Amino acid sequence: MADGNGKNGNPVTTGTPAAPPNGGNGKSKLATLIEESKVVKDKAVEELKALKQPEKTDVFKSILRVKHDETPRSRALGVLSNVFLHLHPAKINRDAVAYNYTWGMGGMTFYVYLTLVFTGTLLMFYYHPSKVVAFRDILYLEHDVPFGKLLRNMHRWGAHLMVIMIELHMFRVYLTGSYKKPREFNWVVGVLLLVLTLLLSFTGYLLPDDQLGFWAVTVGTNMARATPLLGHDGPFGAMLGMTPFNDVRFGLLGGSIVDSNALLRAYIWHCVAIPIIASAFMVVHFWRVRKDGGISGPAPVMLESEIKEPKKV
Amino acid sequence: MDWQQLWTIVSLPDNVPIVLLLFVVPFYTWYGLKQAFANDRLIDQLEADPAMAKTHHRKTQPWKPGWAKEVHVWPFLLRIEFLAAIIVTVILMVWSITLNAPLEEPANPTLTMNPSKAPWYFLGLQEMLVYFDPWIAGVVMPSLIIVGLMVIPYIDANPLGNGYYTYKQRKFAIWTFIFGFIVLWVSMIVIGTLIRGPGWMWFWPGMTWDHNRLIFEVNQDLPDIVLTNWLGIKSPLLKSLFGATLIGLYSVGAWIGIHKLIVSTPLSRKIYARMSLLQYITMQIFMITMLALPVKIALRLLFRIKYVLVTPWFNV
Repeated sequence: MADGNGKNGNPVTTGTPAAPPNGGNGKSKLATLIEESKVVKDKAVEELKALKQPEKTDVFKSILRVKHDETPRSRALGVLSNVFLHLHPAKINRDAVAYNYTWGMGGMTFYVYLTLVFTGTLLMFYYHPSKVVAFRDILYLEHDVPFGKLLRNMHRWGAHLMVIMIELHMFRVYLTGSYKKPREFNWVVGVLLLVLTLLLSFTGYLLPDDQLGFWAVTVGTNMARATPLLGHDGPFGAMLGMTPFNDVRFGLLGGSIVDSNALLRAYIWHCVAIPIIASAFMVVHFWRVRKDGGISGPAPVMLESEIKEPKKV
Repeated sequence: MDWQQLWTIVSLPDNVPIVLLLFVVPFYTWYGLKQAFANDRLIDQLEADPAMAKTHHRKTQPWKPGWAKEVHVWPFLLRIEFLAAIIVTVILMVWSITLNAPLEEPANPTLTMNPSKAPWYFLGLQEMLVYFDPWIAGVVMPSLIIVGLMVIPYIDANPLGNGYYTYKQRKFAIWTFIFGFIVLWVSMIVIGTLIRGPGWMWFWPGMTWDHNRLIFEVNQDLPDIVLTNWLGIKSPLLKSLFGATLIGLYSVGAWIGIHKLIVSTPLSRKIYARMSLLQYITMQIFMITMLALPVKIALRLLFRIKYVLVTPWFNV
């Protein structure tokens, strides 16, 4: 069990035979048995001692793949060879860990997203996206499901928190000029993530099937009927043959009014499609943060007198 | 002063994020600009003293020779991340225990909510519905916002201010974003949430929401006022041409004004010289469009003007 390289990783005497079978003359079988059991006991004590340092065991090593010792190499590997942590670099700008530069908004946004996925999955167990029972499911959730109210509250407020955090994250990225070379494209991905987050929040708004959601979505999708060219009320829409039954709003709602099809569509967009798309973009977003050189700063300030001539293409 | 009405609005569960915004947006604006000004002072010092610029570590953060420039992610970053996760969880839990998510009556297409409001983050756009037709406020504007945000990195030709807070080196950029984010986005959300009442009418904080309130406003189209009322011209074609001319004049005026801003300081002239023609035109188009919002808002609120350009197909 024990790791031979550890601090007190004294190898347990596994290989030594306990009692030679031929040396048993003169002793009774009972004495031999007692002697043998003492050896087993010693072995057990030895192994239990080793278990006091679980990080030295082979099981631990098999799970985490790296030794747990105090060397910089082990520390770096502990992060780099861990599937959940490997998006981190091994080392980071010493000033970037202070709160004042990043405000922690990007990371917290992702954490809130995870809590939303978690609470959302639990909510899905109690919800049917059907006009008949959707509202009753919410009442059931609020009044009968253990912690159902807390679950729904956390999902709702988490969603609001996520939007606020994203806006502050963008604000920080803008103020620090972090969208500049080489991070231009990651800003674009970030803008798409903002749009996806707003869409996630908006589709979720309809799901309780109450007055609030119904009218918010009615107001929201009524704008779509005014889409130029593609909406029946929009400029040039009627000329192109748009009616309430074939325009872009019809496609969004699955009908000409906010009804059961709209509820189902909102549900599928909200619970399946957008989370998958957003997750894909998040993967790209985080990966690009690493590939574009990690967090943008705090970088040494550059002076006006040091501006170099731009490269001509 | 109707304190109860004010409390009803502010304490509405879905309005809590906006009340939160009222505090966090000014705080983080101050927090970021404070660091920007600190960096600016350092930049001034270094520009004045080239010898210092060569040896200085060029940050406002403390630094001593021999200090490692980088620290291990484990534990120095991961412990912060774990701590942040715990704090966010606690905040979310406390928020969720103390405040219930709103749930109104079951959806009822025959009973219109008054005011019926979009989710708070879309209230800026809903507020724009007062000043623009739905195809602009609901479709064109969101698209322009998204595309406009996306092109920012590609039209910002300023190589300075990459990875540190600064105001001095990026005045134009910072003012643009503060105008777009705080003036146009956040304050419109605040107006949409806290000010707009039944019938989407303007209720100052503390005014009672009177569901029977009527405001007699006669909104007129600008071509009608100028051409028909003043000059007696009734031709729709001339009116459309008049409107288009006005928009053209505004665009040219805004173009010149923005250009003057862009070339107003030595640094901004340097940046301007680095811009390609495409970058410059793209930036101008987005700036002119963005500035058109407050212009149209002012026209509407001050002069009761509904449209500037009237055509048979669309109105602006």
